[in-house]
Parts: sequence; C-alpha cells; structure tokens
Amino acid sequence: MTALFKAKEPFKFCTRLHLSELTGLRATTLGQLLSLIKKVPGSCIYHHTHRFLQQHQFFSPEPPNDFAYWVTGILGEEELGEKLVSIDTIQYPTIRDLREKIASTIENYLERHPLARLKFARQQEEFYFIKSVSFILPTSYKAYDLSEFAQVLKKITIDSIYFHIFEARLRLEKPTNDFSFWIENSLGDKELADSISRLDPYTRTLEDLRSVIIRVVEKRIKE
Amino acid sequence: MPKIEEYVPIVGQPLIEDLKLLGERLKGKVIQHINSTPVGGGVAEILNRMVPLFIELGVDTKWDVIKGGEQFFNVTKKFHNALHGKAEEITLKDFDIFMETSQYNIENTNIYGDIVFIHDPQPIALIKKKKDNKWLWRCHVDVSDPSEKVWDFLMNFIVQYNSAVFSAPSFSRKLPIRQFLIPPSIDPLSDKNKELPQETIDSVLRKYGIKKDKPIITQISRFDRLKDPVGVIEAYLLVKRYIDCQLVLAGGTAEDDPEGLKVLEEVKERAKVDNDIHILLLPHSNIEVNALQRGSDVILQKSIREGFGLTVAEALWKSKPVVASNVGGIPLQIKHKYSGLLCHSVEGASFAIKQILSSPEYAKRLGENGREHVKNNFLITRHLRDYMLLFLSLYYPEDVIQFC
Repeated sequence: MTALFKAKEPFKFCTRLHLSELTGLRATTLGQLLSLIKKVPGSCIYHHTHRFLQQHQFFSPEPPNDFAYWVTGILGEEELGEKLVSIDTIQYPTIRDLREKIASTIENYLERHPLARLKFARQQEEFYFIKSVSFILPTSYKAYDLSEFAQVLKKITIDSIYFHIFEARLRLEKPTNDFSFWIENSLGDKELADSISRLDPYTRTLEDLRSVIIRVVEKRIKE
Repeated sequence: MPKIEEYVPIVGQPLIEDLKLLGERLKGKVIQHINSTPVGGGVAEILNRMVPLFIELGVDTKWDVIKGGEQFFNVTKKFHNALHGKAEEITLKDFDIFMETSQYNIENTNIYGDIVFIHDPQPIALIKKKKDNKWLWRCHVDVSDPSEKVWDFLMNFIVQYNSAVFSAPSFSRKLPIRQFLIPPSIDPLSDKNKELPQETIDSVLRKYGIKKDKPIITQISRFDRLKDPVGVIEAYLLVKRYIDCQLVLAGGTAEDDPEGLKVLEEVKERAKVDNDIHILLLPHSNIEVNALQRGSDVILQKSIREGFGLTVAEALWKSKPVVASNVGGIPLQIKHKYSGLLCHSVEGASFAIKQILSSPEYAKRLGENGREHVKNNFLITRHLRDYMLLFLSLYYPEDVIQFC
C-alpha cells in the first residue's frame, strides 16, 4: 500500500560537498593526539571519522577512521587501533559524544600502557588535524512516492546519499537519517523507516549502501 | 579541448550536475588566475585544462602570466629548492632581484578579479594590489621542511591573503589565515592521459629506439635534482643485477627552471655505464609521455621532495604498477602494497621494482586499485569542484554552509 501512497511533501534530495580545511595542528605522540582530540573543533573529529567513506568509495583498504589508522600503522599500537576502529559510531548521536568516546578510549589505554606515550612518529608521518567544511546544496531530484524514491536513489551521487544518511544525523543532530524520517512521517511506513535506520552504514562502502537501500525499498514496493 | 559533458562516461552524470550547481552559485564573480609560466610544469598544464571548463560551467575565469627574466627565475628556482629544504645560499641581492621584478609586475599587471588566485611564490608579491576583492595563494610546493629564511620572507605576503591552499596535509603550518587541502589532478581526456591505440604506443617506443624485448622501467619527470634521476639510475642498476630490463628517464624542461639542462648533463654522464638506459629530453609532447607510460611495465617516481607528484596519478590512471617515494603528496595517491609500493631509498626502490617485475598478478592488482583510487579522488572534475567550493568559502566562514 505504501508503494502507491503519494506524500504531500516530496523528499527533496540535497547533496553535500566538502572542502578539507587544514588546521596546522599535528601530533607526534599518543599524548599529543589525545590532548588535541579534546580541543580541536568538532568538524575535525567529524572529518577524521568520516573522510574514508567518501574517499574510498569502492573499497576501504584501511581502518575506517584516521585515528585508528595512525595509531596502528604509524605508532604500531594495534590493540588501541582495534579499540578505536570498533567504536560503534552510529551509537553516538552527536560529535561531542563521539569525541568523548575516542578520548576516553585513548586515555584508558594510556593508563594501562604508559610506555605507549614514548612512541614518536617520524617527520611527515605525524597526525595532521583537518577540518571538514560542508556545503549542502539542493539538487533537482525529488520523490513523492517509494517508486520515484527508488528511481532517484539509482542516479543521485553518493555525496547525496552520504549527506542524508550520515551528515544529517550526526552533524546536523537530527534524530534519524533523512530517508527514514521522510518514509515514516510522510509515507507513514514505520517498518520500512526502521529497516533503513537499522543498517550500519559504517561497515559498507557508499555504493553498497546505495544498493542495499534500493533493494529494501524495491522489496517493499513489491509487497 | 573537451567539453564538460565528455566527462560523463568517466565520472557519471550526477557529478557533472553537481559542478553545474556550484557554477550557478558563482555567477557574476570573475576569477583571475595568475602564475609565472604559460607552458611547462604542472601548474600551467592544469590551468590550460581547467580554465575552459570553468568558463563552460558559467564561472567567468581568466588567466594572466607575470613577466620575469632569467635573473628572476634563477632566484625563484633557488626559492623553490630552499622551500623544499635544500641548502641554498640566498643573498640579500636575491631578495632585491625578486622584489625588483615583483615591483615591475605590481605596476604592470591589471588586477580585475573578484577573486584573484595566485599560484606559487613567483607572483606572490602582487598581493600588494589587494583592495576589497578576495585573494587566494596556491602553494604547489612541498613546504613541509622549508628554509626558514625564504619562508619568513614569503610569510610577509601570505598573511595578507584571505586563504592559502596546499596539496598535502604535511605542508600545512600554523597560519593566521584559513588554509585548505586541495590536491591537484589529472585530466583523463588530455593527450597525456587519454586511451591510445597500441600502434601509437609502439611507434613512440620505436621513435626513441626502445625495444619491447625486456621489461621497461620508466620515470617521467623534469630533469631536476629533487626528482633524483641519478638515484633512479642507481636503483635500476641494482635491479639489473638480477632481471634483464631497461630504463627510460624522460622529461622536458620548463621556462622557469634554468637548472634543468645542467642536471640533464649529469644524468647522461651517469647513464654511460649501461646501454639499456634511455635518456629522453622530450619536446612538450603529451602523447609521447602517455605512450611511454602505457608502454612501460613499472613506473617509478623516486623524488626526494615532491609538490604532489602528478606523474604518479597519471601512471595509476593507466593501471600501471608504481614505485614511488613516500614524500609530499605521493602517500595520498598510493596506499603501500594496495595501490602501489612506497619506498624511502635507492635500495627500497630497487627491491620494490624487483617484486613487481617478478609478480605480474600482484603488479596488475596494484595497478587496478590505483586506477580506481585516482578515479575517485584525483581527476580534474574533483579539482574543479574543490576550487569552486574554495571560492564559495571566501564568502562563508562557517563549517556547515546550507543552501537547502
């Protein structure tokens, strides 16, 4: 039934493009990393926990956040790297919460392994803090029903999918992703909305995520 | 020059639509690029491709070149080397020569852009003409460990700009102005990167007397000490002990690089020990560069310092296995053992080349991953997008800018 239902307000697809702003801040040791994580702008934490999603669209060859990558690959602290990589980002509703979790993970590790403070990164292998500056632009795509929604999902950029799934929730602090919000509130299909919001987008590439959402929506249309 | 729609089969229609959306936001603004040479080197090359595309996207873009004689370019070459951390004796007279030519350019360059985009140190002093328009300084140089003398001199100008742009995170320093990370890019439709028929590749190899009877290792770059051409020969000779192969060292010189011919002579001297080393001083023929890269089995970029190292992206785009130094912007392009091999020394480069030549399947996988990474991150369409966002950022200081 939902498939035929036309919403009064269409889903308007936006796209999110970003610029990387350099801060000139760099860490050579774990202690410096921790201290800077506590004070850099939230847009730095956002950048270093989400950059990989857009830069490695086809396959992610590295741990999916920059802190984990640096701690493992440069400082050789594999146990801490594993803890950082397995932080369940989707459970943290704001960047503030995510920052606290990352900081406390490093703090706890340093308490148990004080010698880890003594490791230094070589020149040019330091951790460079970068900020993410987002530009959110309207696209010409809109959908009034699930069928149109699935069709648009097939052709929009992954930047658009990225925006509605990740940025809207975490950076703009909305309660859920935009797709689920519209499907529940404008189409009244809570079940479909929930099935999309339950997906863990951090363990997939964006192209995978696109395919999964299209599959779920098309399955609903056929039901 | 290709039209923007010709990029659709490579990057997809939606991405081109995003570029058009951004172009609309910049309607009415004039962007004036200024650099020091119309040909040769990466800056001129990318501007040649970008300017027509910007215009097609509705962004009113112009490109001007400053004037400078031999003395001026000798000094700016010294600056260039010193910014890369090479010991250079820079005298007060050098600074005077720089300022004298700069003063001439200040008096004779017409500034009309709403946004003035200055490339590299040569035209940096034009900032003295700043009024109520916006000024950007684009640093294409690796300044991770610069001579403080030259950097401090340039800082007098840099702080007057609205924003600065660097190619790699390691080049960033604490600055009192905003600074952005924008890596350069390659154009997949340019003569240097487009697909070539096998006959063209073969005819270029024939032209330079390169036979296909043994593996070809190639480094394409200007004859510049920072590209370590002698180190390339040393690495090749270590490989040659075990694998019968040949080396192609090919490059041109740029108008603003007076040192090039001297380095070329040194390289020729070192190459005399082996008949399979081909030293090619190429004319500005991008098709030939393309053919040489496509005809090679391994591409090397053994730079000591590197502004970015676009030859790496060029080679990866052609799905070639690449061995390159872990410097400058190269680690952004190559994830070690995934999309190429990184090295830190002559011995390391030689070992990596041997690995690639001995394992064709591994080499193929590195090349394929590399092409995909370049497609997502280092094509001209991404560069156009970043520059348009950069222009917009001059009018919006926030971290999240919402137009919808």
